[in-house]
Amino acid sequence: MTFIAKPKVAHPSLPKNALGFTRRDYEGALSTLCAGCGHDSITAAIVEASWGLGIEPQNMVKLSGIGCSSKTTAYFVSGGHGFNSVHGRMPSIAMGANAANRALSYIGVSGDGDTLSIGLGQFCHAIRRNLNMLYIIENNGVYGLTKGQFSASADLGTKAKKGETNFQPPIDAVLLALTLGASFVARSFSGDKEQLVPLIQAGLKHQGFALIDVLSPCVTFNDHEGSTKSYAYTREHYEPAVHADFVPPEREISVDYQAGETVPVVMHDGSRILLRKLDAAYDSTNRSTAAAHIQERMKAGEYLTGLLFIEESQRDFHDINGTPDAPLNSLPFETLSPGSQGLEKVLSRYR
Amino acid sequence: MSPVTPTRVNDFTIKIGTVNGTGSASANTLLMKSLFRSGIPVMGKNYFPSNIQGLPTWYEIRVTRDGHVARSGAVDIMVAMNAETYARDVKEVTPGGYLVYDSTWPRPALLKREDITVVGVPLARLCNENFNGVRTRILMKNICYTGVLAALLDLDVARIRELLAETYAKKPQLVDSNMKAIQLGYDYTRANFTCPLPLHVEKMDSTGGHIMIDGNTAAALGCLFAGATVAAWYPITPSTSLMDAFKMFGDRMRVDATGRKNFAFIQAEDELAAIGMVIGAMWNGARAFTATSGPGISLMNEFLGLAYYAEIPAVVFDIQRVGPSTGMPTRTQQCDLMECAYASHGDTRHVCLYPANPEECFYMAVQAFDLAERLQTPVMVLSDLDIGMNDWMCPDLKWDDSYRPDRGKVLSKEEILKLEKFYRFIDKDGDGITARTLPGVHPRAAYFARGSGHSQYGAYTEDSAEYQQVLDRLLKKWATARKLMPRAVIDATAGASCGIVSLGSCDGAIREALEVLRARDMGVDYMRVRAFPFGEEVEKFLAAHEVLFVVEQNRDAQLRALLTLETAVDKAKLRSLLHYSGLPISSSFIVEGVLAELQPLPEIEAQGAARG
Repeated sequence: MTFIAKPKVAHPSLPKNALGFTRRDYEGALSTLCAGCGHDSITAAIVEASWGLGIEPQNMVKLSGIGCSSKTTAYFVSGGHGFNSVHGRMPSIAMGANAANRALSYIGVSGDGDTLSIGLGQFCHAIRRNLNMLYIIENNGVYGLTKGQFSASADLGTKAKKGETNFQPPIDAVLLALTLGASFVARSFSGDKEQLVPLIQAGLKHQGFALIDVLSPCVTFNDHEGSTKSYAYTREHYEPAVHADFVPPEREISVDYQAGETVPVVMHDGSRILLRKLDAAYDSTNRSTAAAHIQERMKAGEYLTGLLFIEESQRDFHDINGTPDAPLNSLPFETLSPGSQGLEKVLSRYR
Repeated sequence: MSPVTPTRVNDFTIKIGTVNGTGSASANTLLMKSLFRSGIPVMGKNYFPSNIQGLPTWYEIRVTRDGHVARSGAVDIMVAMNAETYARDVKEVTPGGYLVYDSTWPRPALLKREDITVVGVPLARLCNENFNGVRTRILMKNICYTGVLAALLDLDVARIRELLAETYAKKPQLVDSNMKAIQLGYDYTRANFTCPLPLHVEKMDSTGGHIMIDGNTAAALGCLFAGATVAAWYPITPSTSLMDAFKMFGDRMRVDATGRKNFAFIQAEDELAAIGMVIGAMWNGARAFTATSGPGISLMNEFLGLAYYAEIPAVVFDIQRVGPSTGMPTRTQQCDLMECAYASHGDTRHVCLYPANPEECFYMAVQAFDLAERLQTPVMVLSDLDIGMNDWMCPDLKWDDSYRPDRGKVLSKEEILKLEKFYRFIDKDGDGITARTLPGVHPRAAYFARGSGHSQYGAYTEDSAEYQQVLDRLLKKWATARKLMPRAVIDATAGASCGIVSLGSCDGAIREALEVLRARDMGVDYMRVRAFPFGEEVEKFLAAHEVLFVVEQNRDAQLRALLTLETAVDKAKLRSLLHYSGLPISSSFIVEGVLAELQPLPEIEAQGAARG
């Protein structure tokens, strides 16, 4: 992972977003991942989504743990601070950072090892707190940096590159998140930019914990025959249930959908997600039927994708804690310290 | 037949053995406060089990006209209320002392000590005759012994009523029932025994300008006054009350006009998450802290190493308890000195502060935030259960309204705009401390915090020279830290060749021991280190003495080990006095330990004090 800055030469004809930034302004250092890595496609989708949303680059905070996926936070939005923490502990860093300044956008990038094994506890508790962040799992079912061990998301019967078969049932991040009460749960595929970009945008706008589990084949260690997370297998067993479109608040939405086909979900800032059902039986607002449907399709060997569940009414961490709208790190010292008179009052209890 | 005890006013120790969960805590607090309000200096130590209800618990009250803050090692009056521990409680009474017991059930077999005076009061019978309900009778039996002690010691009963009225301001009927129980014990004792005892109290005027407070409450106040806004923790004895206190103060004093809380209070899923939250919050510009104990520090090691290497401030309170492993969670020790100094793998060293009492917990809490932000590194405040959970008599805490937090080298937007480019780890000032920036301020100042190898530009590196440059600069920062630490407190009035070196809660016992030793014409100097890294003054004191007693509360002489690793001291000069029973160290332990080295044997036996 070398740190090579990309030359910032912007051609005048490059399209600009509302802030006057081009897509180049949302890029980061050059990726050092293997050529063809699914993770790089996700990075590209994040760049596209952030540019499209028109987030001020410095207002994006990028967080990660350890692993191939965690390296990618260096590869997008170089104008935002990044924190590459320790293995499996990114959610706690995100929680602290968000507690300190609720006004920024937090995006965490993790892997299946970082989230579902070493970091399973912190992942679950971030969901319980409804921590306002977008949490992307770049899920390839394998430990890449240590050269090919199964991860906790490896499917039963999947074969490792060296030939062993996995006999332990997988932990499915989507089903787990639904069980834990997550307020935004999505699954996608690194190769489906059309689906992924609006999901990332919706996830960033969602006020609360937004999970996107992105199947992201590992070209080096998990793209062979017998793997259930290879490009070939994923493409064949990939089934979009819902197509999500993200519409920022300033855009007129009536032209974008036809009544009866599409369900709009209004976000906190007035933007909307338009959910177009591809599967008539699917309901993205019903936690229990959503879970049952996902499981059913899983039995048939299919990955159901799209925005699988959303509940905009849940209270996030700050709402529950009762913190003010102004970031805690911006409060002047005078309002925080009760001073000598305040101390005198306190001491009277101890006389 | 009872021994004759010479009269001793305001100078004796009472120990009360009860069963936990029976309301004895209120009775003991009542006794402590009534003494304190009568102007008499007092020390209270609670020895409680890691249990909710039904196990033995003791409370030791030292009435100390000279204002000592440590255990003496003696037990002059034992109130033995727990049948289960009765035999050992009787044994513990210092010859010439008194035993108060519940004579509802006579225990002749256990009273075979002729060197103590036995005071039997039928507490259970008195309460059973006067109160209804099993629970009430048990609670009142414990309040009743307060009345017995009030008669024996000549406590001011009106003062006790006044305290009860304050405590139960909202439940006045409880004042009457408690007073009734106290009066029962008081009257029975006055009618059946010669009151007061030769050991008794007389009003003084020595507690003005003082408070009775525990170290965890004082530390929480320090965090509040220092402007901490993010508190993250995982419950663990004996640190929990620090967080409870912070929340209590925050709920009262940190709420804005619209009812919003100007602090975030997060109960984490474990200590790993708690420290992660603190690091995330301080990286993002809030003052954040956590409180834990040894097992929590063990879990936090990985993150502490990250904060050291990525140079992120953090404040951690370690309220030490008995280890190793789960150890004895409700007993005290100073056993995390090494763990905290070198927490985490790789070359790491951490700034540690060692408060000696609640007063220092308050001031050092504030200082910890300033140091953490100035040095961009974790600062650990090593208190212990004795300081943290016992009520100590301390001078009034003071607050300087001109205080402003030292936020360290954090670049403002204006400063960032003047820069061509920002590099996170370039040492411009030569003090090893480099400027940092906060997220959300300006895209030009964005950087990538990481625990992986990095160059002074903040970029990932696997280049040896670039890696070493950063590691060497961290040493330079360590040298700067040495200059910023609170100085050791040195008492060198004796100008002796022999000295005591110690830290933290040993202080009270040592100061009392020094009085005893000096009264015997033994010149002993004293240095209490207050921080790690050690400053110049520590080196000087060590060099200036030929024999040094290192007094600490752990088995493995951890302070001694730190001194030998981090100073130039000659190992052979250091003699350890180690107290690791789990009870707070006593002055007699230190006197005996010093005398054993410096005097021939018969002298020691003459000391005669109970070694505790």
